Amino acid sequence: MTTVPSAEHSRRDFLYIATGSVAAVGAAATLVPLITQMNPDASTIAAGAPIEVDLAPVADGQIIKVFWRSKPIFIFHRTQKEIDEAKSVDVATLPDPESDAQRTKPGHEPWLVVIGICTHLGCIPIAHEGEYHGWFCPCHGSQYDTAGRIRKGPAPKNLVLPPYQFVSDTRIRIG
Amino acid sequence: MSGHSTYQPQNAFLQWFEKRLPIGGLIHSSFVAYPTPRNLNYWWTFGGILSFMLGVQIITGIVLAMHYTPHVDLAFKSVESIMRDVNYGWLLRYLHANGASMFFIAVYIHIFRGMYYGSYKEPREVLWILGVIIYLLMMATGFLGYTLPWGQMSFWGATVITNFFSAIPGVGEAIVTWLWGGYAVGNPTLNRFYSLHYLLPFVIAGVVVLHVWALHVAGQNNPAGIEPKTERDTVPFTPYATVKDGFFIAFFCIIFAWFVFYTPNFLGHADNYIPANPAVTPQHIVPEWYYLPFYAILRAIPNKLLGVCALFGSILILAFLPWLDTSKVRSARYRPLFRQFFWLFFAVCIGLGYLGAMPAEGIYVTIARVLTFYYFAHFIIVLPLLGIFEKTKPLPNSISESVLSKA
Amino acid sequence: MTMHRAFIALALATSLGAVGAAQAQEHAPPQPPAQKWTFSGPFGNFDQAQLQRGFKIYKEVCSSCHSMSLVSFRNLAEAGGPGYSEAQVEALASEYKIADLDDKGQPIERAGRPADNFPSPFPNAAAAAAANGVAPPDFSTLAKARTYERGFPWFVFDIFTQYQEQGPDYIHAILTGYEEPPKGFTVPSGGHYNKYFPGHVIAMPPPLTDGQVTYDDGSPQTLEQYSHDVAAFMMWASEPHMVARKRIGFQVMIFLLVLTGLLYFTKKKVWSAVH
Repeated sequence: MTTVPSAEHSRRDFLYIATGSVAAVGAAATLVPLITQMNPDASTIAAGAPIEVDLAPVADGQIIKVFWRSKPIFIFHRTQKEIDEAKSVDVATLPDPESDAQRTKPGHEPWLVVIGICTHLGCIPIAHEGEYHGWFCPCHGSQYDTAGRIRKGPAPKNLVLPPYQFVSDTRIRIG
Repeated sequence: MSGHSTYQPQNAFLQWFEKRLPIGGLIHSSFVAYPTPRNLNYWWTFGGILSFMLGVQIITGIVLAMHYTPHVDLAFKSVESIMRDVNYGWLLRYLHANGASMFFIAVYIHIFRGMYYGSYKEPREVLWILGVIIYLLMMATGFLGYTLPWGQMSFWGATVITNFFSAIPGVGEAIVTWLWGGYAVGNPTLNRFYSLHYLLPFVIAGVVVLHVWALHVAGQNNPAGIEPKTERDTVPFTPYATVKDGFFIAFFCIIFAWFVFYTPNFLGHADNYIPANPAVTPQHIVPEWYYLPFYAILRAIPNKLLGVCALFGSILILAFLPWLDTSKVRSARYRPLFRQFFWLFFAVCIGLGYLGAMPAEGIYVTIARVLTFYYFAHFIIVLPLLGIFEKTKPLPNSISESVLSKA
Repeated sequence: MTMHRAFIALALATSLGAVGAAQAQEHAPPQPPAQKWTFSGPFGNFDQAQLQRGFKIYKEVCSSCHSMSLVSFRNLAEAGGPGYSEAQVEALASEYKIADLDDKGQPIERAGRPADNFPSPFPNAAAAAAANGVAPPDFSTLAKARTYERGFPWFVFDIFTQYQEQGPDYIHAILTGYEEPPKGFTVPSGGHYNKYFPGHVIAMPPPLTDGQVTYDDGSPQTLEQYSHDVAAFMMWASEPHMVARKRIGFQVMIFLLVLTGLLYFTKKKVWSAVH
């Protein structure tokens, strides 16, 4: 036991290290299914496919709520006054500076499409309320203007724009 | 039973911690320095395999519970959505379903090993009884789990097994209604079975801790069936037993993986892929393979109450084994007659398992009765008498002597 | 009690299978002949063209009575399946009408989407039973829900040969097993004689005949070919991740063999000091 030849010693060490490494690789590979099973499953992903919304029935000044990927989407048909209000702000003074043009599609200024989730902690803001005539979040008092931009309160960002495009003048495709 | 070394942490924090909660010392003395007989064969690795399988079942079970819905209208669907939509859901479910069978294969080998080498004898009676309790809990857990997919076998298995209790005179019907939470197996039954199926594995884990504790008090038995006398008779648990267990767990996993990946439904019933239908009973209703010997005993007896009593008695009698076996010698190695009766008993259990899967008619019933009679006679007649009349072979003086004489 | 009786009555009235059970003892069916399947064995794989042909049969013939409620259109484009493109699936789904609610909560029928499941031909099991005598079984798990007694010692060998195609073999046998009843065998009304069905009396009339479905890929348009194709399709529908399972299984096997080998030599090294 006391005099182990060094060649045998290194061979033994190699065997131990190899066995340990292979076992560690196996343990790591086992974690993959155990972790990824918590990601959205195939049916959830399929159900999150793009949706189309008909804008024709939405009146001037009206906000409708639709659901896409289990999130509320606010579609706001803004009046001229509300558009002007959104455009008249000095963008540089905003907490999250974005111009009204950046928040709408060119040629479709009356339409504001935002994800209806307060960027503070995920509550749903109430429409047509607050000092800026956009949204007011009842949870912690964040206030958004008619372009869905954060103006006052704890929320750090403007309401998020979902991916969408106009498939015709009165129809959008969200997703 | 002093250890080969004691735990003395070098690190200052570990020293500080050890003074306040000596968990390092506990682990060290239980799984590192713990002296284990040097002559253990591979049948002794099944304790490690069982701990491993309990871990596999609990982990895959917790994960499956994240996707399963215990409702009569959704249970079958949710299991199928696990199979189809959940990421690696098919793998997790097949691991869990086949894992139950592997768990039982391992526990049967573990039990028969204990019987062959007399591991239940003084001073290991409590260790053995704790094992019987674990086995009973496993049977309950397996049964409860099998109802959850809510297929035809789930439903009718639940109906038949819960009806065991209707055999109790007077209060039987009331007990069954109470178990069901209704007038038949239904949604309340499924809901409570799910709750209990989630609970019991942790109870098993608790009793396993007691089982291991009792093991470490009495020390392991060994193929020679004699206690270690000097330090030459033992080796430290780590690395000797750990690497041996590790090797055999890996080997066991090959068999496990074969079932999971190549024949995942071999050990199940095709009927359980038919959603539960309270209006139609499957033509051949059989339990999972691991209950078959007991099912054969149940059906061998023509009286309902006596049949149920025999079924439970055939398991409970195991708890009395330490006192039914009157021989002073532990290992079958030195008991030539007992060895023959052991293998006869083993064959009887396999035979009962086969008959449990056959229809209860004609010649099958007759054979089942003969085998059932031997099953009980083995415990009540053969073992007590063998201890008195058997001429045993001389025992070696020590474990090292028995190892050296073989070499 | 009346409820109980009603259940029994329902079971008897709706299930010709019960008739089969009574006759099973006297007329045990022969074992379905084992067929060749591309998906058998450790490296088995589904034949995409066969799955597409099988799906065509399901769509044109079987689906008028048999539901497949757990399978969705999108599955047809998923890896290891029939291999349709996403665009094909979208077009196919839009051919179907799916029950839904409009914005005002009124029931409507809209065009199907890939995320939808296959709609069922009958609103519920009772309606299906009323229209057919027996509720035609759902196709989603049917290939795994059907088997036959293998007997000793074959069931032991099956572990090693990995034979697990009892379902498709049985389905193929049923589809090709219709024949004239032997002399002295009376088939109850509403039943049909089938060589391989337990009890020989099946409620389903012979569903497929030569030339019934047109194939675009030049495969023979025969009952034999149809039965193979639809059974293969049903196997896929029951086990859509089979290809991934066998592929991962092979990787796991290689890994475990290496690990077990290494642990064996490690164990030998560790114990060499003791022996």
